[in-house]
Amino acid sequence: MKLELRGITKKFGDFVANDAIDMVVQPGEIHAILGENGAGKSTLMNVLYGLYEPDGGEVVIDDVPVQFSGPGDAMAAGIGMVHQHFMLVPVFTVAENIILGQEQTGFGGLLDLQAARRLVRETSESLGFTIDPDAKIEDLSVGAQQRVEIVKALSRQAEVLILDEPTAVLTPQETDELIEIMGRLKQAGTSIIFITHKLREVRAVADAITIIRLGKVVGDADPSATETELASLMVGRSVSLGVDRAPAQPTDVALAVTGLTVRDSKGIEVVKDVTLEVRRGEIVALAGVQGNGQTELTEAILGVGPTTRGTIELDGRDISRLGVRDRLDTGLGFVPEDRTTSGVVADLSITENLVLDLVGARPYSAYGALDMGFLRTNAEQRVEEFDVRTTSIDRAVGTLSGGNQQKVVLARELSRELSLLVASQPTRGLDVGSIEFVHKRIVAERDRGAGVLIVSTELDEVLALADRIAVMCGGRLVGVVDGGEDRDVLGLMMAGVPADEARAQAAEHHTVLGVADIDVDPAAAVEPVPHPGQDQEGTP
Amino acid sequence: MSAVQVDSHVEVAAPPPPGFVRSLVGYGVIALVAVVLALTAPSGISKIQLTAGSEFFQIPQLDLPAALAVGVPAIGAAVIATVALVTQLRSRSSAPRWMAILAGTLLLLGFLAHLVAGKSGVLPLTGLLTSTLFLATPLIFGALGGVVCERVGIVNIAIEGQLLAGAFAGVVVASIAGQNPYVGLITAPIAGVGVGALLAWFSIRYRVDQVITGVVLNVLVLGLTTFFFKGLLSELEGLNDRSRLPVLPIPLLSEIPVIGPVLFRQTLLVYLLYVIVILLHIYLFRSRWGLRVRSVGEHPKAADTVGIDVNRTRWRNTLLGSGIAGLGGAFFTIGQGLAFGIDITAGSGFIALAALILGRWTPLGAVAAALFFGFANALSQSLRSYGVSLDSNIPLMIPYIVTLFAVAGFGGKVRPPAAEGTPYVK
Repeated sequence: MKLELRGITKKFGDFVANDAIDMVVQPGEIHAILGENGAGKSTLMNVLYGLYEPDGGEVVIDDVPVQFSGPGDAMAAGIGMVHQHFMLVPVFTVAENIILGQEQTGFGGLLDLQAARRLVRETSESLGFTIDPDAKIEDLSVGAQQRVEIVKALSRQAEVLILDEPTAVLTPQETDELIEIMGRLKQAGTSIIFITHKLREVRAVADAITIIRLGKVVGDADPSATETELASLMVGRSVSLGVDRAPAQPTDVALAVTGLTVRDSKGIEVVKDVTLEVRRGEIVALAGVQGNGQTELTEAILGVGPTTRGTIELDGRDISRLGVRDRLDTGLGFVPEDRTTSGVVADLSITENLVLDLVGARPYSAYGALDMGFLRTNAEQRVEEFDVRTTSIDRAVGTLSGGNQQKVVLARELSRELSLLVASQPTRGLDVGSIEFVHKRIVAERDRGAGVLIVSTELDEVLALADRIAVMCGGRLVGVVDGGEDRDVLGLMMAGVPADEARAQAAEHHTVLGVADIDVDPAAAVEPVPHPGQDQEGTP
Repeated sequence: MSAVQVDSHVEVAAPPPPGFVRSLVGYGVIALVAVVLALTAPSGISKIQLTAGSEFFQIPQLDLPAALAVGVPAIGAAVIATVALVTQLRSRSSAPRWMAILAGTLLLLGFLAHLVAGKSGVLPLTGLLTSTLFLATPLIFGALGGVVCERVGIVNIAIEGQLLAGAFAGVVVASIAGQNPYVGLITAPIAGVGVGALLAWFSIRYRVDQVITGVVLNVLVLGLTTFFFKGLLSELEGLNDRSRLPVLPIPLLSEIPVIGPVLFRQTLLVYLLYVIVILLHIYLFRSRWGLRVRSVGEHPKAADTVGIDVNRTRWRNTLLGSGIAGLGGAFFTIGQGLAFGIDITAGSGFIALAALILGRWTPLGAVAAALFFGFANALSQSLRSYGVSLDSNIPLMIPYIVTLFAVAGFGGKVRPPAAEGTPYVK
């Protein structure tokens, strides 16, 4: 099936999310759509899948224009989609999820679950894996849930499969399995639209690449293009993919976590006996797939989450029994993983958000009254220093872009002299420009002499920043390795394999992406390639 | 790599089924209470009556020594609970459900025999069960109406209003139609649907908070029915005349000792209830309709992406559920041959809501919870006649204490439909 998008335009109010987008997907092709967060990729796919109605343009299938009034129409036309946030009912079984909306019924309108189980088995076997049709979705791993989504789309005779950021939640090994499934689909003649912002994946799997920036197609690229070329097209200027940083010079221990165990509200141990050290002057990255105890560990360090057992020391002082305020005063800075719900107060102004945890004392306030003059001066300085793009310091933080919100959080946390900065997912959802900025500030904080603990699920970020990498799986610390560790080794460790064993296994066979890593000359990958016609700002 | 490995990296030991530990505790408590009952059995006689007097087969009144009447069922309960406990510990999986039901029933029998032991009064078992069902009927209707609404994600606090509207419309229209109660059976659900339409309109169309909408609707219906009662029903003749649905005994079935008169000497309304309970339980969990309904209540966006119209499903179910609750309202008036009175439902809708939660949003669970509430109520009303000096408010309190504990998470996790109370916005 040949799929064409002609001049697709989608507006939300005054904001043009998609501006006259043209694209052709050939039968049996893996077509990558590459773009930054907020470039309009997901909007485009939701238009294609019938969830949004376009304001202009048309979808053409095998040279016949079609109109979708809902996802049902798109599915009937042979378009399937695996959403970034899975569209599976957690309390249903695999079979129930697959037949939902296309149920076969027997006597008295009752469900024919036998036929449903057969459908699950046949479809999954044709893709080379097996899934228990009677397993409940909530009991499955994220990778398995994704396979259920793929089976769900194919059971509806999808000839074009849209995968929206499919690797965001997977370990490198799971990603490898996904790439293999994609290969099988391609052989069977299914076209795949692969949406991502990860350059190495695009180069490893795509047959064709369309790059979208600010809602417009800015060009097509060949998979043989270098990562830097792709990044430049995506961002619109040349970028440096690596982070410039001198080797770490660790000094005293800033954070010492000993035997930390955390139980959640259901009594399940989500952090198990973790012992970890962060020295001043080094960046330790906590790597792992989302939901393996990293969040709970950082919350225990800050004191907003419970600690069941173990001690937390900051600069040699036991802080495990202190309240959050006292911990902050000891020199702890904290960038939470969800900035919109716990990093900023969306309705308060930039000025106010910049001093949320500072207003209790001079010079920000005196005798219980805020010193508004000082707050404004402070805000103007911070906005300038952290390059927060805004028209006024009085604007509500909620109206800023994600990148600028994160800069506000960072500016606030770095207002005090810190012993330790804990940053959870510091660049999630940010554009490349903001990522560069945040990374530079984090490295600068390290060089100033603070210890830094980064939690990140993106291996690229971990490898770019970390002096040492601590890997978590199932609440346990699998191991701590040096910053330059092989990504396949890290991937295996993220699945719970100890470091030594992981090295042996990784040496035996590399994943597709891991091999791509070896093939590329590392020097060439970070060398900025000036893009003709683009300005040169941001080049180091 | 030739074949894709599925989850080969993480091996997880099969965890015990949900509620495993709690059911262990439950069996332990049953066994313990049973032993205490057996040991404290007073001397004297427990008089138990098994027939209502009109059945084909008559069983004479049982006058048993209390030690026997209490001890036998109590020890039986203790033995079964212990067996279940041991099986569960050995197999690391839940013991069969019938063990819990049997142990609970025996314990209850022992408890009743204990109550009347040595007292002058007779324990009329059939009568007690009949009034249990009688008191539980409107609660079951209300709770089922709630299940149908809440399974699609619409919180139905307005059950009370729907019951009241049904009670009002049932008797008034039956009265106008020349005291024909069957006409009332048609108009009562329509009145419930009217209240449900307002609930759906505000909460789906305008996305008003569903709890607030429900509370306001309850007040509205109470106000309207009171206004009409005072303004019209008391002034004009023939608007609020009593009429009663006739009892239709089912041949043969109604002659079975104990359960015959309880279950099969009922009105059409109660027989309708049986049908609704059974159909609802089967269709909610086994049919296409049920699968779609539950998906809308759990993950509406997922339902939308497979072509299910979320808001239409919500509209339909809210109307259906409100209709069921409205039908239940008829029980207060034409179901028992009463005229309408101000606030005749007296908070039953809220108790139905508690039954719905205690029954974990399933039709059979709601029925069991409503019967439990009905039983406690029946017991408290008749304690005095058994010659027991226990304050009648004490058994009346027990169900609510149990509900509070249940909602707080004892006895297994209570999990409402995930999207409950959340409007669906594309």
